[in-house]
Amino acid sequence: MASSKEVLFNPILDNNPIALQVLGICSALAVTVSMANTLVMCAAVTAVTAFSSLFISILRNHMPSSIRIIVQMTIIASLVIVVDQLLQAYAFAISKTLSVFVGLIITNCIVLGRAEGFAMQNPPGLSFLDGIGNGLGYSALLVTVALIREPLGAGTLMGYEILPTVNNGGWYVPNGLMLLAPSAFFIIGLLIWALRSWKREQVESADFEIADNIQYREAL
Amino acid sequence: MSQPKRDGIGNILLVAVSVCLVCSILVSGAAVALKPVQKANRVLDQKKNVLIAAGVLAEGATEDEAGRGVEALFADFETRVVDLRTGRYADDVDAQSFDQLRTAADPSRSTALATGEDPATIKRLEHYGLVYLKRDASGAIETAVLPIRGYGLWGTLYGYLALDRDLETVAGIGFYQHQETPGLGGEVENPRWKAQWAGVSLFGNDGAPAVALVKGKAPEGSDARSHQVDALSGATMTSRGVQNLVNFWVGERGYGTWLENLRGGRV
Repeated sequence: MASSKEVLFNPILDNNPIALQVLGICSALAVTVSMANTLVMCAAVTAVTAFSSLFISILRNHMPSSIRIIVQMTIIASLVIVVDQLLQAYAFAISKTLSVFVGLIITNCIVLGRAEGFAMQNPPGLSFLDGIGNGLGYSALLVTVALIREPLGAGTLMGYEILPTVNNGGWYVPNGLMLLAPSAFFIIGLLIWALRSWKREQVESADFEIADNIQYREAL
Repeated sequence: MSQPKRDGIGNILLVAVSVCLVCSILVSGAAVALKPVQKANRVLDQKKNVLIAAGVLAEGATEDEAGRGVEALFADFETRVVDLRTGRYADDVDAQSFDQLRTAADPSRSTALATGEDPATIKRLEHYGLVYLKRDASGAIETAVLPIRGYGLWGTLYGYLALDRDLETVAGIGFYQHQETPGLGGEVENPRWKAQWAGVSLFGNDGAPAVALVKGKAPEGSDARSHQVDALSGATMTSRGVQNLVNFWVGERGYGTWLENLRGGRV
């Protein structure tokens, strides 16, 4: 059985939910325009993943296999609604821009992936740590992306100006692409490339091999 | 031995019902318990938007230089409901609980607008509208804040327009909700752009709304310049939308009749 330290920290670099498992891309594209939104979203996803794994793990021996996905979804959806309600009550300004994406945590593959892939086979304590660990892995990647997108796209970080933009009398011409979702795709792609160049074992084996070009020989 | 029992129909029903029950109690409990806080947030947020448009409160701040909070600052403002059709105060409508956007969706208290009459593309115009009035010591109106809305490029922009004491000059403008492209149309939030609105004259010589968002303003001192604001670069549709919606809401279908009555001393 995996040690709790491995369960907690492995998802950050060695088994990152976004970079290796390629799950949860949708919200990674949507919320990383600003660092403040990203941090709140990361906290929300981490909390939901941790607690859903905990509750599902507690129920794992009683859950009939024929309705297990529905039961898991019910638990996840309830937690997401509670998180959304809490944000609306205590972080109103951020919840106005994030509300749609918070609701979509229900469909975030990381949450259901950990529930089905880990919590169903492991005890509650370990499952809770696994949820936190995957939340941290998700957060690590999102924060990196936001750290690139917000300064280049708007000249600010956490709302404070770090690159004075032309519109405000400075010198920096904001890169509009960084404000749009495709830029996150490029950045995530580059991060995955960097991570896999460093940790070669993450490189997937090729699905097929390109055959030799035989036309030249045939011509002879 | 435990496997068939766990997958038996009895256990399936038991687990399904109990999970649903616990989850529904959790969700409804959270919703009910947090509702008062959420409602207070929404009301406070709306007051804040009014104050920001009126220029009393800086963007992102929670109090002014004198340390007065949103509630204290908003206490200077009087909330009234105006019948947009007659241009008179509708005192039979309770201003505190009045929800203008909900009224606009209610067929019995709003009118559908035909394409030609609807430059702001709001589709339905409510019969009643809110106004927020700040009066000076003599009781004369110092600032009047009107809710405005209209279509830009991607969706409806919602905001407030503040008028000076002559009710012809803009004191400030602010959009609190929109879906325009960040960096292009999204620059409607830019404080430097919004600052240009102060002092813009709303009505032309014929009394019709004449605000124009233009590329390259008319020469200094000309009559046309007093109605002009720089358009947002790279955001033609948003600029056109803002121009249309401002002119619509201060025009005769919007608050125009009430403004005229007020200037003529008839209300």
